[in-house]
Amino acid sequence: MADFLQTLMTALAIGSLYALIALGYTMVYGVLKFINFAHSDIVVLGAWLSYSFAIRALPLVGLDAHNPTTPPPIWMTAGIFVAVLALCSLAGFLIERLAYRPLRRAPRLNVLITAIGVSLLLQNVGQLDFVFGASPQKMPALLPNWELLRIPFGQGESIRYVVLPLIDCIIFAVSGLLMLALELLIFRTKFGTALRAVSFNTDFAALMGIPVDRAISLTFMLGSALAGAAGFLYVLKFPSMNQPAHSVWVLLGLKAFVAAVVGGIGNVRGAVLGGFIIAFVEQFGAYYISSNYRDVYVFSLLILILLIKPTGLLGSPVREKV
Amino acid sequence: MSASDVFIEPTSRGVNILKSATPILVGIALAVAIQFLLPSTVGPYYSRLVIDAGIAMILAVSLNIVNGMTGQFSIGHAGFMTIGAYTAGSITFYSSLLIWGTAAKHGSFLGSGEWMFVIACLCGGITASIAGFVVGLPSLRLRGDYLAIVTLGFGEILRVVLQQTGKVVDNAETIRNAPLTTFATVPVGGAIGFDGIPKYTTLFWVYAFLAITVIFAYRLKRSSFGRAMLSVREDEIAAQAMGINTSRQKLLAFITAAFFAGVGGGLLAHESGVIISPKDAGFQRSFDYVIMTVLGGRGSITGVMLAAILLSALPEVLRDFERYRIIIYAALLIFMMLSRPQGLFGIHEIWDFFPKSWKTLPWKKSPREEAQ
Repeated sequence: MADFLQTLMTALAIGSLYALIALGYTMVYGVLKFINFAHSDIVVLGAWLSYSFAIRALPLVGLDAHNPTTPPPIWMTAGIFVAVLALCSLAGFLIERLAYRPLRRAPRLNVLITAIGVSLLLQNVGQLDFVFGASPQKMPALLPNWELLRIPFGQGESIRYVVLPLIDCIIFAVSGLLMLALELLIFRTKFGTALRAVSFNTDFAALMGIPVDRAISLTFMLGSALAGAAGFLYVLKFPSMNQPAHSVWVLLGLKAFVAAVVGGIGNVRGAVLGGFIIAFVEQFGAYYISSNYRDVYVFSLLILILLIKPTGLLGSPVREKV
Repeated sequence: MSASDVFIEPTSRGVNILKSATPILVGIALAVAIQFLLPSTVGPYYSRLVIDAGIAMILAVSLNIVNGMTGQFSIGHAGFMTIGAYTAGSITFYSSLLIWGTAAKHGSFLGSGEWMFVIACLCGGITASIAGFVVGLPSLRLRGDYLAIVTLGFGEILRVVLQQTGKVVDNAETIRNAPLTTFATVPVGGAIGFDGIPKYTTLFWVYAFLAITVIFAYRLKRSSFGRAMLSVREDEIAAQAMGINTSRQKLLAFITAAFFAGVGGGLLAHESGVIISPKDAGFQRSFDYVIMTVLGGRGSITGVMLAAILLSALPEVLRDFERYRIIIYAALLIFMMLSRPQGLFGIHEIWDFFPKSWKTLPWKKSPREEAQ
């Protein structure tokens, strides 16, 4: 029981990270109909920017940058978070403007190849010595490591505790708020209506006077900001950071993509649902079957979903036209 | 295709067989020449580079059948290669141990050890093509980006699974006495890689297999199968409307491409100085071959070969280049997509760019002239 609850809590925290990343994939797919392979690199950018800011900002309040004894003041953590969000959305804007916009009318395969190129470029530029370097780093703690809950299960020798750390709550709360904001933005505002119109039919949206290019740019910026937030939260949860081109990051991005597909790509609510499903499959599979094969469960689920219901759980079938 | 190609000369059966076998005979003769002339002129270091380039060409040309000719987008080609490498490697390693008691190289040029190696490579190709069939199945329902993800996932799953394999058993006695459960762990080295495979790969075998691969790909491209594949690439719905079984064409493309990738993997596993490891199945290596096909031209066999040679030679030309290699590849890829998305040669072969007078020998009249 204790193990089950603990796995459940981890799965909820990781699921919300997957959901945040999956939202970016699904939004871009919604408007441009291609997989933005470079999206996972925005997550990496967010993670490494958080690290770079943190080690420069901590000495300002008199803390050791690599091993702070106490967490920095909350305004500093929040400041780093906002800066990471801003820079990531700028990066998303630039990628779309420079690499994808010239290919707006090109076949989808060409855009896909370009996206893979952008992804590899970002990864490996990030590995250069004067950018982030090619060695793993340890993220300094930006939040106090409180335990909000500590529930005992069992008695005597076999006593087990279910621990709810603050960071898991923060991850869950922050991603929840961001997803809620996105939901309101897409379904309750004029901009959201424009976005949905572009996603439905780009040419007609343009005829109706919607500035399509601006809507697409904003989509990229929103998605990238969410990815940056996910990167920030990810390194707070898992402070040992791998170098930018490490396959761990690629797999993180891929799993989030799988989440988007499972939920139905192009569907914002589906991405959130998919994120949690993937996290549950991964965490429970890792705990109850074997943790060596955690990636295998996720990809098997992907192949299964694609074979049974290619449009995903909440996706609507698309009819192909000549 | 010009009008002269359509004209069929009435010839006897024997001449036809000889004619169709000429390219492969020329290819094997060339491979023999490379084997015996090249190492003495350029030395062992550059010979090794030429071997690497040959294997890269086999992989790039085979990937081109899926990505270039059929218009699918597979980024799991290194997965097929790794399957072939592990299959071929374990066949030669364990059979050598059982037959000759040692996993070292046995026999000289074209000796018994080498023939075992050739059979092992072909078996590697066969297992890889079975994997190609399995991976190709989802491609019947998916297209474009989804397929890319599935192939990528295949490579990553393979990498994880190979990491869980057992330790290599490198003693003939131990193998004979070992309980069957030892083999249930698939003793191919786990995460550290499969070391100790006999080193049979020579210039001759690489270039002989390359000749077979290239001639097969070229004839496939000109055959009705190949044209059906090209039509799937151009427009799947239109191809279907014209009565082409697009599912079958896509599957066939995957199976053949995986076969040659498996053979290439077998060659790689037996190359001296190479230890195959699960990492090879990862997408980084697949990406190397993807960029070769994109750069060379989607569907152009000679273009892809040229790109494979260029990209194999690049790290040697630029010293201390390893760090920037992928950056340059990626930038090249983006640049190609923005400026010349069809690749260097597009759908053309290298001889399409030669002047016309080069194509017909001056003393030979074209069939049409003879007819007149």
